[in-house]
Amino acid sequence: MAELIQRFGKAQSFYDGYTRKGIEIETTHYCPGCGHGTIQKLIGEAIDDLGIQDRTIFLSPVGCAVFAYYYYDTGNIQCSHGRAPAVGTGVKRTVKDAVVISYQGDGDLAGIGMTEIIHAANRGEPITVFFINNAIYGMTGGQMAPTTPLGQITQTTPFGRDVARDGRPIGMVELMNALVPPVYIERCSVATSQGIIKTRKAIRKALQAQIDGIGFSFVEILSPCPTNWGMSPVKARSWMEKEMTHHFPLGLVRDTISSSTGKATSIPYPYLDDAQLVELLTGSAAVPLLKDDIPQVTHKVKIAGFGGQGVLSAGELLATCGMTEALHVSWLPSYGPEMRGGSANVSVILSDQEIGSPLVDHPEVLLAFNGPSLDLFEPKMVSGATIVVNSSIIQRQVERTDVNVYYIPATDIAKNEGLLSAANVVMVTAYLLISNALPLETLVRCIPLVLRKKSFLDTNIAIVNKTEAYVKAHPMEKQ
Amino acid sequence: MNHVRVRDDECKGCAVCVSVCPKNCLVMSGKLNVKGYDYVQFVHAEACTACGLCFLNCPEPGALTVFGNKESSRDEL
Ligand SMILES: Cc1ncc(C[n+]2csc(CCOP(=O)(O)OP(=O)(O)O)c2C)c(N)n1
Ligand code: SF4
Ligand code: SF4
Ligand code: SF4
Repeated sequence: MAELIQRFGKAQSFYDGYTRKGIEIETTHYCPGCGHGTIQKLIGEAIDDLGIQDRTIFLSPVGCAVFAYYYYDTGNIQCSHGRAPAVGTGVKRTVKDAVVISYQGDGDLAGIGMTEIIHAANRGEPITVFFINNAIYGMTGGQMAPTTPLGQITQTTPFGRDVARDGRPIGMVELMNALVPPVYIERCSVATSQGIIKTRKAIRKALQAQIDGIGFSFVEILSPCPTNWGMSPVKARSWMEKEMTHHFPLGLVRDTISSSTGKATSIPYPYLDDAQLVELLTGSAAVPLLKDDIPQVTHKVKIAGFGGQGVLSAGELLATCGMTEALHVSWLPSYGPEMRGGSANVSVILSDQEIGSPLVDHPEVLLAFNGPSLDLFEPKMVSGATIVVNSSIIQRQVERTDVNVYYIPATDIAKNEGLLSAANVVMVTAYLLISNALPLETLVRCIPLVLRKKSFLDTNIAIVNKTEAYVKAHPMEKQ
Repeated sequence: MNHVRVRDDECKGCAVCVSVCPKNCLVMSGKLNVKGYDYVQFVHAEACTACGLCFLNCPEPGALTVFGNKESSRDEL
């Protein structure tokens, strides 16, 4: 007998066993006869044959395929519901040579994630999308999906999907075809062996297009969900052939891969190299991930001034400081439609307890950047509150006698350091120093996280130091 | 003769492979595996063409492995 060789077997790109909750298992979590398993095998085989296992970043969706990361021994990111194309966009722009596979169900892609998919396709992101259309929300127990055919009974269409009541099913392939950038659009089905062979080819073609840097490709794959359709796996496949392909015609809709002259015509997407990323993320490494000595503070803070004074970013800075100290924080801005000049304020709550509402109607702390802000909020302060007054701009004194007041020429201090826009840093620094709410080191550590222009980092730190010196020289008079 | 190896404990008994084999080489075994599924059995080695359709239809990554006489030209599919 001639020696036998393996012709078809488990893909190398799958793990040997799938370790879930500490237990290693050899089978997937899918129901018997689920189309996800079949399709994922075709993808695994393609990853092997195209030699891209080490370059592949598989985006697992929310839905029954959420656990794909247990199966593929590739890069994996589990994305929030429907957002995989946005995640893939980020990956493509930061990981050179990545092959991004966005694997999404119909609830995921055509329901909650409709925006992401349309815009990724319309930007021509050079990723590969496999759209698994099983006409239902599988994971959550069989609710109607955007792709549920008319007449189909689901948990949420107990009388069958009805045009008047539930609207029409959406053809995603047809929608994709309305956009200019996609280079490859096809609809396949795994209902029959013939369909599987076509699907297998389409998967490879779509991946090859990405490997060649050509553009966005979209393969819709009709797939059985025997469990929620209430059919046996074999019956589910014949139902698909009869009912689904009638609503969702199979076939190639667009293939401009070969007419695109390869890499040269691909959209040159902006790529962030390591140096740019480091610049962008400056400071993040200094933020502790876990803390057990959480400061005991609860401060309800209002920061107010006119737009352009950095009021909102002062709030962001303060909230970030609280966050890195493991406090609960909230940041709630309030401003008019104008970018600059109007009045703006932000409510920040720092608390060692969970925060019920982010509203601050009666502040315990006010950082008043200009006169109208003081006029507005002074009467609303709780008794015993602290008000920090920017005395460079506010000419009057605080009238209330039941609050602590600290006057600091914030705008002048910032101006003297050559950075007028950093008066907000002076105000926050002064508040932290007089209240002892959080250590100054925390502030210094957090400035790079919120600063838009990293080149101003040193000036900002100098302003913190100048403010510290000022506060030392002018201690607050207690009421 | 060609051969299809069934890993009994990885089969979920969905019977899809049975329904797609053009040569009727696969049958339900009538026995239960560790998970309680009636698993598939490969019965007609003499008829099997090692076409791979059972493997390609099966949803489980490792339940079936198809062995044949010649180097796979899987691309013939
Ligand atoms: C933001 C968010 N909203 C809702 C859910 C609940 N949810 C989980 S899976 C799912 C639908 C999945 O359906 P589909 O994309 O068709 O995948 P399938 O399970 O059918 O493979 C929903 C609505 C969630 N997890 N997250
Ligand atoms: S519920 Fe449907 S889609 Fe989800 S695993 Fe089961 S058969 Fe597959
Ligand atoms: S390889 Fe082909 S002929 Fe052999 S058992 Fe599988 S489907 Fe049948
Ligand atoms: S298709 Fe796979 S899981 Fe289903 S019965 Fe055949 S071997 Fe078992």
